[in-house]
Amino acid sequence: MSKKTYATAIRDVIAEEMRRDENVFVMGEDIELLGGIFGCTRDLYKEFGTDRIRNTPISEAAMIGAGVGAACAGMRPIVELMYMDFTLVAADQIINQAAKTRYIFGGKAKIPLVIRGQQGIGRGNAATHSQSLETIFMHFPGIKVACPSNAADAAGLLRTAIRDDNPVMFFEHKALYASKFEVPDDPDFCIPFGQAEIKRTGKDVTIVGSLLYVSRALEAAAELEKMGIDAEVIDPRTMVPFDMDTIIESVKKTGKLVVVHEAHKVAGWGAEVASQVVDGAFKYLDAAPIHLGAKACPLPFNIELENAVVPSVQQIVEAAKKVCYR
Amino acid sequence: MISKEQKLWIYEIMNKIRYFELKALRLFEENKLRGSVHLYAGEEAVAAAVCAQLTDDDYITSTHRGHGHCIAKGAQLDKAMAELMGKETGYCKGRSGSMHIADFTKGNLGANAIVGGGIPIATGAALAAKLQKNDKVAVSFFGDGASNEGTFHESLNLAAVWKLPIIFICENNGFGISVPVAQSTSVENISDRAVGYGIPGVTVDGNDVFAVYEAFETAVKRAKAGDGPTLIECKTYRTLGHWTGDPQTYRDKKDVEMWRDTKDPIQLFKKVLVDAGDFTAAELDAIEEAAKVEADAAAEFAINSPNPDPADVMDDVFYDA
Repeated sequence: MSKKTYATAIRDVIAEEMRRDENVFVMGEDIELLGGIFGCTRDLYKEFGTDRIRNTPISEAAMIGAGVGAACAGMRPIVELMYMDFTLVAADQIINQAAKTRYIFGGKAKIPLVIRGQQGIGRGNAATHSQSLETIFMHFPGIKVACPSNAADAAGLLRTAIRDDNPVMFFEHKALYASKFEVPDDPDFCIPFGQAEIKRTGKDVTIVGSLLYVSRALEAAAELEKMGIDAEVIDPRTMVPFDMDTIIESVKKTGKLVVVHEAHKVAGWGAEVASQVVDGAFKYLDAAPIHLGAKACPLPFNIELENAVVPSVQQIVEAAKKVCYR
Repeated sequence: MISKEQKLWIYEIMNKIRYFELKALRLFEENKLRGSVHLYAGEEAVAAAVCAQLTDDDYITSTHRGHGHCIAKGAQLDKAMAELMGKETGYCKGRSGSMHIADFTKGNLGANAIVGGGIPIATGAALAAKLQKNDKVAVSFFGDGASNEGTFHESLNLAAVWKLPIIFICENNGFGISVPVAQSTSVENISDRAVGYGIPGVTVDGNDVFAVYEAFETAVKRAKAGDGPTLIECKTYRTLGHWTGDPQTYRDKKDVEMWRDTKDPIQLFKKVLVDAGDFTAAELDAIEEAAKVEADAAAEFAINSPNPDPADVMDDVFYDA
């Protein structure tokens, strides 16, 4: 094990996979000399050259579409977007092309493509550069979605994503890049998609959160412990495929569910989790599930306003108390 | 120069496309075929003259009007017609219909129902060829309408900056559904847009096999030499409707008749072949007749093929190792 930042873990996996498989290459905005704005490709051009660590013009549709085409032609492209918000500029190439190609061609295509980059709050990037978009991409069949909440998960999930023969949307969180975590040194360390991790075991309430909201849910759990409420915290880690079984088993034990995310609450993935828990564990529920998410408001610039839009640790605590009738 | 063998291949492919399209139209009118079906009749010279110079290893992406490119890139008429009818025996097992036929074994990375959607994908295939240091080229077929999409402009720039082995083939058939090109497009010749990306752009008569062939031959040499992309605009005309159910109230029937009767690419090519003494009219008629028989047989095959099983509808959403 080595203690690494989230950014270094990502960079190391990219380098190891590029050494392992010459078909892996990266293209993206400012990834050569600048190394990406969080250093996820820092200095990699020195080892791999600028053919395989390739700066692109600011042309998201062309670079993602080129990723689809290169994948169809036997490569394993990683497309780095400076902000995942820019997926919206290239939505057709992701949603209509990458996601649907295999199916509509009768199963004859493989699209080993990773589209990765950062999203979320925390750096004052305002409305068009602070969104949480994993919910949107869960909606379209044919694309996998990963959301690592720490450096070890970033490493294990990214390696799985690069080796996967399907398109993967890989959502990193900008507030996590500097966070450090023990990461296995094994160059084949992979975390399978569709396996949630129970971050804290508890018997009174199940709290589900991802990305930045894993640490916030754990903070809430620490507060709740002081009140004698024993929370179980679950990180789904991948949104597609989604490990609903682990959550349903947890709710069968605790009888209560709080699901929290930074994405907007309206039609956010937490609603899907609550719905499936109601379907799968209705008779075990002691209270109606609570779903927390960002207000129906664009992410504002001012930090106090930004914090007012997304769920707080205190709101998670209050929600957990409420489902526990406390 | 087109070899005699290639001339024969081109003539055969053009006829296969023509009779495939006429058969598809008939099946649509008989309610045996449904969905959005966009026919390529009258534009065959482009697909045939381009694909005559490609191997199965080279890549193409195509459009919603894609049957011609698909056939010219090696598709069998029976499996293609079965796909148009949504049958299990079709190229995509009935998942795609007319607008997304693909055959990766022939380098056909697919027709694409989104206007301009295939252009970046072909660009990516060309990038793969460059990274893999092989001798493959990619061709993106698209229409005049796609030249107003962002993907066209982004892809030309990207391919030019990276000097990718790709040829952009714009089939300017005069209309984007009902809108004439002059009303939607800022330049008289779409090839002029190549100047903006520092690459060669040429406009040719898209109904003249020889003109298309020569322009493409030059572009392939440039691509394989590592000098980058070329934009070729092939001016042609859509002699049938935008789709099989198009009432065509937006254009003068006389224009359609003029193109059909005096500028039909198959008849023009046939005349040159016969006048030059390459083939006799009888030899070419036999090829035409064989294409007609093949298209009829394809329709029979499609009609008699089973529908896909709804129990399999969730197959192939993901690749599952």
